[in-house]
Amino acid sequence: MLQYGFMRYALAALLIITPLFGLMGTMIVHKKMSFFSDALGHSALTGVALGVVLGVGNSNLSLIVFAILFALLLNYIKQSNLMATDTIISVFSSLSIAIGLAILSQGGNFSKYSNLLVGDILSVTPKEIGYLLVIFFAAGLFWLLCFNKLHGISIDPVLARTGGIKIRLIENLFVVVVAVIVMLSIRWVGILLINALLTLPAASSRNISVNMREYHLFSIIFSMFSGIMGLFLSFYINVATGPMIVIISSLIFFATFLYSRKSMR
Amino acid sequence: MNRAHKTACGLHCIRVKHLSVTLADQKIIEDINLHVHCGSLLAIIGKNGAGKSTLVKAILGEIPYDGTIEFRDMKDKTLQSPTIGYVPQYLNIDTNTPTSVYDLIAGFDCNIPVFLWKSKKEADRIRKQLAIFGAEDLLDKQVSKLSGGELQRVLLALATIKEPKLLVLDEPVSGIDQAGIQLFYQQIDYLKNNFDMAILLISHDLNYVANCADEVVLLDKTILKAGDVSQVYHSAEFLSVFGQGHQEVK
Repeated sequence: MLQYGFMRYALAALLIITPLFGLMGTMIVHKKMSFFSDALGHSALTGVALGVVLGVGNSNLSLIVFAILFALLLNYIKQSNLMATDTIISVFSSLSIAIGLAILSQGGNFSKYSNLLVGDILSVTPKEIGYLLVIFFAAGLFWLLCFNKLHGISIDPVLARTGGIKIRLIENLFVVVVAVIVMLSIRWVGILLINALLTLPAASSRNISVNMREYHLFSIIFSMFSGIMGLFLSFYINVATGPMIVIISSLIFFATFLYSRKSMR
Repeated sequence: MNRAHKTACGLHCIRVKHLSVTLADQKIIEDINLHVHCGSLLAIIGKNGAGKSTLVKAILGEIPYDGTIEFRDMKDKTLQSPTIGYVPQYLNIDTNTPTSVYDLIAGFDCNIPVFLWKSKKEADRIRKQLAIFGAEDLLDKQVSKLSGGELQRVLLALATIKEPKLLVLDEPVSGIDQAGIQLFYQQIDYLKNNFDMAILLISHDLNYVANCADEVVLLDKTILKAGDVSQVYHSAEFLSVFGQGHQEVK
């Protein structure tokens, strides 16, 4: 099957984004932000819509800029503790879907954008793989430099602050990195599935890990395994790749969950 | 207890002057004056809602306040950024959190990314610190699986590993059994005598405060009474806050 160019590109893209999802997912799950990353995915609709309205040629740009602003705004509201975080996120998530749908469905041709919802990994191009590589290294660097601080904040904010960690800065950097990753991969994965790919590998890993090294290792392995298996299976049984990946991730989640229940007894 | 012993220099201190905290137009605490020297333990006692936690938050810089909090060294120069060790009441983490004791302490103590590898040198350093509190066996345990007493010892090791000038203990024995409490205060005593740090203890456990504090402050929105243990425990203010039963403590 690798004699097809589109399959080779799809595999290359998956080999870059699945370890990234595994890596970022660890902190998204750790900090209980899966709602947040879900909303971020939804904001892509508005991002694309704004690009159309403003006539921005490269819709990647409008997507990323909007997502970064959206993420920082959500973070700001969350940090100011005005009301329950899940409520705020739910409001903004619904609003950004509504605005996006309203604008994109104008004139009755939403179907043009429907692959934004489910994604199509087989349409990835070498240039876009290049973008993914750039964010891969940027995110890796961020993780090397800032992971300990993010971890500290997730354990106890007061401990983190007395330890000299700049909480707002680090949290904002984190959501910006997540926003860029989500936006660069949303076309290939789809709005409906992206959050599953971000959270399932880490959630599965959490079931069986006792320290941060195991947590990251298993999360990345699960993420890459489901990505590559999903691609191959979808090719041979002719179904969409994204859903196949999520199904495999979910199976891994249930398997690890059962395993952890068993080993607790 | 295999650490080189240090004794308090007695020459630096933390000085709180006219500290007030107002939240939503309500004075939570007002006109607090405290002075803690290194090598001594100041206990703050008071009923629930007396403002103890608010005072801690102000000292840690968590909330805005009026007044001054100064850290001074021997030449009476203000230290710019004093290291503060803080022991919280508990950690709010889930039972399956994959954070080991090593991850917890190394994450705060060094820049070696804990997700990537476990540094042998850092692990040794942490094991030594844990050993002071008899907790060296906990290095690879999952933090969320520790008992209350074990967690408290780990948090103490975390708070003291950078040898802070000020150690703040906020109700440190909530949820620990009697034997654990005894051990905990022995360890605090050890810290007081062997490290160069000032200790601020917030507690409602009057018995243990009586045993380990050099100075006691009775707080109810403002300082009702301050002095050594017997001065405070035998005061009329103490009696009016806690009633008759506690006066026999010391």
